[in-house]
Amino acid sequence: MNKESNTFTFTFAIIMVLIVGTVLAVTSEVLQPRKIKNEKDKKMIDILSAINVDATRINAQEKYTEFIYDESVINNKGELIEGSAFEVDVLFQNRDKTILPKDKKYPFFKAQKDGSEYIIVPMAGTGLWGPIWGFVSLKSDYKTVYGAAFAHKGETPGLGAEINTPFFENAFENKKIVDDNGDFVSIKVKKGGADKESLYEVDGITGGTITSDGVAVMLEKTLKVYSDYFQSKKVNTQTDSLKLDTVNINLITL
Amino acid sequence: MAKAFFSKQHKRLLTDPMGDQNPITIQVLGICSALAITTQLENALVMTLAVVFVMISASMLISIMRNIIPSRIRIIVQLIVVAALVALVDQILKAFLPDASEKLSVFIGLIITNCIIMGRLEAFAMGNKIWDSFLDALGNAFGYGWILVAVAFIRELFGSGKLLGYEIPGLQHLYDHGYMNNNLMILPPMALIVVGLIIWIQRSRNKELIEEN
Repeated sequence: MNKESNTFTFTFAIIMVLIVGTVLAVTSEVLQPRKIKNEKDKKMIDILSAINVDATRINAQEKYTEFIYDESVINNKGELIEGSAFEVDVLFQNRDKTILPKDKKYPFFKAQKDGSEYIIVPMAGTGLWGPIWGFVSLKSDYKTVYGAAFAHKGETPGLGAEINTPFFENAFENKKIVDDNGDFVSIKVKKGGADKESLYEVDGITGGTITSDGVAVMLEKTLKVYSDYFQSKKVNTQTDSLKLDTVNINLITL
Repeated sequence: MAKAFFSKQHKRLLTDPMGDQNPITIQVLGICSALAITTQLENALVMTLAVVFVMISASMLISIMRNIIPSRIRIIVQLIVVAALVALVDQILKAFLPDASEKLSVFIGLIITNCIIMGRLEAFAMGNKIWDSFLDALGNAFGYGWILVAVAFIRELFGSGKLLGYEIPGLQHLYDHGYMNNNLMILPPMALIVVGLIIWIQRSRNKELIEEN
């Protein structure tokens, strides 16, 4: 058979593509459960890092059920809606411009650590080169930041990438997102250094201004929504705390 | 007369790419990934293993098929073989080494464009037997790998004061006396400089490698 003929060339190409396609599809399908589990573990580790709990891939599930006892989803008007908070992909929502603001979901998680309660809020935004995201935890007054953990896809090492270092993240502790009058103010990331006395700003990163600004924008637009909800909710804060039996069973068995 | 199972030529296939025919320092191929992923030794090791796997499998597969691949579409065939293997590696890393997969992110996918692999497939595996192709691939993959590991070793040690993510014992003592990690080591230009230093050492040891002009 002439291997340079058109028939042979086409047949060869078709058979080859079929074989390669099958092998890849099968592998992908077989490994899917593991990949999903890895992604879930990673998300649990990230959520826990916002309340300064160190988890590893081995103990992520265990620690998650130990500290996180409830989760809820709200919409952009700050109204409680149905849905699994853990399943909401805020990064995807941030990226997909076709999702209308009113259709966006804002999940949050309730945690208990050393007898205190915290609310963990996920967020996503845009840095200099790509997406940035993070989790911020608030104390039970819904105003004061307890911890923050940020991550990024590909910010410049040594500059923008510093947002996921303790030096930057720890500065958020005890900052407030609501002022004394009860108005939402968010936390500014200040270029050139924050006012030491201010409860509403942190130091920006030298040489990482656009990433720092990205963090500030992300904080403001996300925390605003939650702040609305928390303010409206404030009255019955105490009554619905300590509902430890509301642990979402679905999550544990995933 | 049948060739010996492991003749002198076979040995050269294996050793040349490690030294005088090194894909990175002599042929200056695969530089992109060498710059990008050598800030940490662990990444360099995972990348090396990935490239060794892709390179050996691709070379052997192409060598097996070399007599039936229509020459008009041979580059596409090579590309599909490499791309399929890289996709496999990516899936396996995501499932079993998720942290390494996250750090290497796009660079695993970019193995497809690693000129060393395509270069060896086109220049060697298309015209040689499986065993020879295997040795050639092994030699080139390790020639690429050892440079990667050497560069990563230097960059992680001087840039972060760690090796494989572990603190160096006794380094605290140096910090107390004013030693500091060199942040420049973490940035891409330093990879180029370290590779340059290796090239310099290599050429000063073997004058034949120096070009005329």
